[in-house]
Amino acid sequence: MDRHITTPLNPEEVKTLQAGDYVYITGEIYTARDAAHKRMKEALDAGQPLPMNIENEVIYYMGPSPAREGRVIGSAGPTTASRMDKYTPELLDLGMKGMIGKGKRTPEVTEAIVRNGGVYFAAVGGAGALLSKQIKSAEVIAYDDLGTEAIRRLKVEDFPVIVVIDSKGNNLYESIY
Amino acid sequence: MIREVCVDEIRDQIREMCIQANHFLSEDMDCALKTALEKEEKPLGKKVLSQLQENLRIAGEDMIPICQDTGMAVVFLQVGQDVHLTGGDITDAVNEGVRRGYTEGFLRKSVVGDPLERVNTGDNTPAVIHYSIVPGDQVTITVAPKGFGSENMSRIEMLKPAQGIEGVKNAIVDAVKTAGPNACPPVVVGVGIGGTFEKAAILAKQALTREVGVHSDKEHIRALEEELLDTINQIGIGPGGLGGTVTALAVNINTYATHIAGLPVAINLCCHVNRHIRRVI
Repeated sequence: MDRHITTPLNPEEVKTLQAGDYVYITGEIYTARDAAHKRMKEALDAGQPLPMNIENEVIYYMGPSPAREGRVIGSAGPTTASRMDKYTPELLDLGMKGMIGKGKRTPEVTEAIVRNGGVYFAAVGGAGALLSKQIKSAEVIAYDDLGTEAIRRLKVEDFPVIVVIDSKGNNLYESIY
Repeated sequence: MIREVCVDEIRDQIREMCIQANHFLSEDMDCALKTALEKEEKPLGKKVLSQLQENLRIAGEDMIPICQDTGMAVVFLQVGQDVHLTGGDITDAVNEGVRRGYTEGFLRKSVVGDPLERVNTGDNTPAVIHYSIVPGDQVTITVAPKGFGSENMSRIEMLKPAQGIEGVKNAIVDAVKTAGPNACPPVVVGVGIGGTFEKAAILAKQALTREVGVHSDKEHIRALEEELLDTINQIGIGPGGLGGTVTALAVNINTYATHIAGLPVAINLCCHVNRHIRRVI
């Protein structure tokens, strides 16, 4: 089923998303991948706040290629989500609602998704040029020194994803093979 | 006769090749993805493959890299034994070509200088360079920027000779199954069988640079490539791992002599953005 949703996510609406739904996301989302997650974890461990309010927000596991002059961003497709698994349950428990990446997650992540009524989306891996067209603005908001791994706030319009793990813990990949 | 080749020429070629490989798929890959779209039976699989076609069109027209992971630059240099390289250190020249390609070509800098300290080098160097000396007076350069979504799902197994061809088949199919959606299917499966631990891995990497559609010239290996492609495409992983009948575009296998006690099998997976360009100087 095709769905259109906006961010920050509405917790009630998230509960209606089902594994296999094709979803178009509009609004602001944040990027973070390996190094940014490590920094966020270190901040939390040191009792410091995260660089952004993640309540009901979506994190996109993505590190873009550099933007050419006059462009918003370069190529911008998803990276493999499993590398963030170690950090994800804590972020979900802190209020993060959605994630966009590609590939499998651990049972611990699925449990945290169910516990918090979250959702894990996949975008098509290796379609970074196509996906970049749905990104209307990009701004580094933290960890600039990490280069492509900095945290960015993106404004997206009808960003195409598919629900892989829904709030009940149903998993699209596991239903396939 | 000794032929002189200036390393600056190699540097400039590598700069261009890094940029070209990241924006335009080679003809064999382009053709394989078009055929995949025709062959795919599942609607969602077809949808993903259509998006990949659209992605390639945008990448080429707007000069946006096909994938944001523009890879770690893997460079194979086959240097003819009658070539005299002039003008400086060849390794420096290769790295300078990569540096220029990645900085001037708006490609992502994905390399950290130390695997544990993990500070980005800022220019995507160093490259991984494989030199070989071959007959003749030419230099053959192959540039294969390698993304790590699929690299991380690669593996090597030191099988026992008694495990034989069944052991080899199981190892290959299991690697693809375990990778599932993570390796960005449809994948190209590069396999190295034989040699030593490191030889098998390099054979597998080289297999990925072989044109898709070109089979091994050894009859029994060609049969194995065809059989494994069929088996893998029956798993159902499909494009994007979202289900479908096209999970792999090709299985390319390279082999080498090995020890009486061993049967090394290396499986190097590559996503559908299997970048490889070859030029001869």
